[in-house]
Amino acid sequence: MTGYNFAYLDEQTKRMIRRALLKAVAIPGHQVPFGSREMPLPYGWGTGGIQVTAAVLGPNDTLKVIDQGADDTTNAVSIRRFFARTAGVATTTRTAEATIIQTRHRIPEQKLHENQIIVYQVPQPEPLSRLESSRIETTRMHGLAEYGLMHVKLYEDITRFGHVSLSYDYPVMVNDRYLMAPSPIPAFDNPKMDMMPALQLFGAGREKRIYAIPPYTKVVSLDFDDHPFRTTRAPHACGLCGATDSYLDEVVTDDRGGRLFVCSDTDHCETHRDVGHVGSEGVAA
Amino acid sequence: MAYVAVKGGERAIDNAHAWLAEDRRGNPDVPDLGTDQIREQLGRSVDRVMAEGSLYDPDLAALAIKQAQGDLIEAAFLLRAYRTTLPRFAASMPVETDQMQVRRRISAVFKDMPGGQLLGPTYDYTHRLLDFTIAAGTPPPKPAEMPAEPVAIPHVHGILDHEGLIERDTPAGGEPFDLTREPLAFPAGRDLRLQALARGDEGFLLAMGYSTQRGWGGTHPFVGEIRVGEASVFLTPPELGFEIDIGDITLTECQMVNQFAGSRTVRPQFTRGYGLVFGHGERKAMAMALVDRAMRAQELGETVAAPAQNVEFVVSHCDNIEATGFVEHLKLPHYVDFQSELETIRRMRADAIGDILQEAAQ
Amino acid sequence: MSDETLLSARGLNLHFGTIPALVNVDADLWPGEVLAVVGESGSGKTTLLNVLSGRMAAQSGVVWYRDTAGRIADVHAMPQPSLRALHRSDWGFVQQNPRDNLRMGVTAGGNVGERLMAQGSRHYGDIRAEAIRWLEQVEIDADRVDDLPRTFSGGMLQRLQIARTLVTHPRLVFMDEPTGGLDVSVQARLLDLIRGLVARFGIAAVLVTHDLAVARLLAHRVMVMQRGVVVETGLTDQVLDDPQHPYTQLLVSSVLQA
Repeated sequence: MTGYNFAYLDEQTKRMIRRALLKAVAIPGHQVPFGSREMPLPYGWGTGGIQVTAAVLGPNDTLKVIDQGADDTTNAVSIRRFFARTAGVATTTRTAEATIIQTRHRIPEQKLHENQIIVYQVPQPEPLSRLESSRIETTRMHGLAEYGLMHVKLYEDITRFGHVSLSYDYPVMVNDRYLMAPSPIPAFDNPKMDMMPALQLFGAGREKRIYAIPPYTKVVSLDFDDHPFRTTRAPHACGLCGATDSYLDEVVTDDRGGRLFVCSDTDHCETHRDVGHVGSEGVAA
Repeated sequence: MAYVAVKGGERAIDNAHAWLAEDRRGNPDVPDLGTDQIREQLGRSVDRVMAEGSLYDPDLAALAIKQAQGDLIEAAFLLRAYRTTLPRFAASMPVETDQMQVRRRISAVFKDMPGGQLLGPTYDYTHRLLDFTIAAGTPPPKPAEMPAEPVAIPHVHGILDHEGLIERDTPAGGEPFDLTREPLAFPAGRDLRLQALARGDEGFLLAMGYSTQRGWGGTHPFVGEIRVGEASVFLTPPELGFEIDIGDITLTECQMVNQFAGSRTVRPQFTRGYGLVFGHGERKAMAMALVDRAMRAQELGETVAAPAQNVEFVVSHCDNIEATGFVEHLKLPHYVDFQSELETIRRMRADAIGDILQEAAQ
Repeated sequence: MSDETLLSARGLNLHFGTIPALVNVDADLWPGEVLAVVGESGSGKTTLLNVLSGRMAAQSGVVWYRDTAGRIADVHAMPQPSLRALHRSDWGFVQQNPRDNLRMGVTAGGNVGERLMAQGSRHYGDIRAEAIRWLEQVEIDADRVDDLPRTFSGGMLQRLQIARTLVTHPRLVFMDEPTGGLDVSVQARLLDLIRGLVARFGIAAVLVTHDLAVARLLAHRVMVMQRGVVVETGLTDQVLDDPQHPYTQLLVSSVLQA
């Protein structure tokens, strides 16, 4: 696109973001403040993720963008187009083919590999924000690794509900040191973060924070010994591809309680069908 | 039934944008609105968009207003997204507002003072009656004119300063903070706070300023002075080494005179709150001055209890581009998270029923 | 009683403007001992408590603490994380107003369990059982463990605060007017409880109070402060029955008249 630099941001800004990224990688799970720029997309739409992607994107990269696991949701389309337009990079919907995957709310089902970077869009980087509103206070809590309050929250949940009531954006300890918000991915995806071969980068534009998990880093979801962390998914097989191990979306099919459960990860579903799997409601590929 | 997953995001967006363009144009029988008309005839909108968009360019602000169909927050957003791509050549010298070409200047603390009260173009004393001659396009009567005399119009707080009655500006050391380049960090200095307020949402600041007048962090304010006019912007290019005038901008400045601080050992002085905005924006400048003063509570040894005194609260929430983005992002799909909520609540309900059955069986 | 002090202060000075809060104050506390600091409001007793506990810095002087391993640490030279860790484990602080210390939106069990979790306890059942045990220690019914403190009376709130503080078995507890603001009958029960707990667990305490009756009931030794100066110090009975300093005499006689 004329009048704009490669991938929209000027090179000085990209350098500033890369410095923040390097620091973030060096201190896994620690939130690094950065001079988040105003972007042509609204805050909350992924301005942090877009800035991180813009800073790490090269002309030879292949970009995949997903929202809710799908490549075809409007916001994913919009961001993919943004980079196709401002950087002219190749885009794909295939998880395996992508070198950079920008995501909102999901981690792909297919295991990521060492040559990939996953960029998470983060609305609220502070995992303690719902328990302590002051950032002065939470910064001190992180500095001193005082995370008792987070366990009080889990204790209260178990006392009230018998379970931890968090089902997404479920807090994790990174590298045994920093409490971290994994972004609003379902807790189902949390285990994928642990010892992941790919580099995980997190961008929060409005809150002006970047953080990261280097490849092969320990990521533990908080729990109690006698109430271990559990993931949940709808207890069904995907109606289109028959998968029983993927995270499912619930689709309302009629007004009489009809439901169809389908893979949230559209690429995973298509790949599964391409090799011949068919679900109860699907058609053979 | 064979289900096919919802597709067509690409086409949906294209169609939506085309519809939006048509909607923006409205009835094609009505002449298209020129951005020059917006710039000249919707000046207060242009000024507000420049202030909140943080970019002084009336032509671009007029375009943004047209493109946003008059949605001023959307227009400010367009301007911000353009501004962010601009290279930064230099930082200007502080503008000398006492050298302004003043078109309006009033003070509420003195009946008259050097430079006088100058009403200027104001709605203050208009009767709010719809004027149908404006709808009819009747040309306005010609205002009275008189030759401009070069009169010095010193700041009102300078008059109080002669007696030592009011606190002085303490010159800040070094370059001021720039929150468009550096991330916000607390504790936030006054330079950062003033920048955030100058870019902040007029409605938010108005409500916050208003709350201080209603007992939520009162500052006992008097309008020391409001002045509106054109100020020259100077900068010193490193390759020249001396100041050059790069043009004039319209500014509104409000100097508030507030309750005094002091004790038996420190002689009491009035304190000050400060507001400065692009264009003609008295409401915003006044609200900004009230909130600036309220946020100095801690520095001045006052109890910090009200929202307007809470620096973290005000500075984190005054930006309408951040606020509108995050509020409106709730309409993006959240069905993955909602699905996990569904599963969790179902599991809890199933367990709860189990407990009841178990109790009943005992 | 050991001949080595648990906490010692030497030459503490602190002025607020021209007002003296601490003037050359020395203090010693032995393991298992309860020391009462008495005086009128403005005498500097709460300031002394804050300086001894490291929550406020003096302008001069030093405070030492001897940890469980026998090492001596300068409380005001400690790095912030160490001091805070000490406050979460070996030390406790009981505020006059329990609402300043409790989390009012968290159940009684969560309040008591927080210090355990902060120390790394990760077994829900154990934490809850320990919370219940401590509620019983402070005479709160076990079936209130899941209730929010806002449903508790003032006396119960204070007892809950004590359970929350003692759950990690601190060796040293700082108490600021722990019975202030409570009805007389409630006070008596609470004093009895504190006396029992302190004796049973061998807790050392620095207790700030304006009430000589509280000092007499709980303290082994008493320090009398007036305008930042320690005017008299000694065994509780000795100081209260045979006060030497005119100010102590005045305090004691004003209680008798009341």
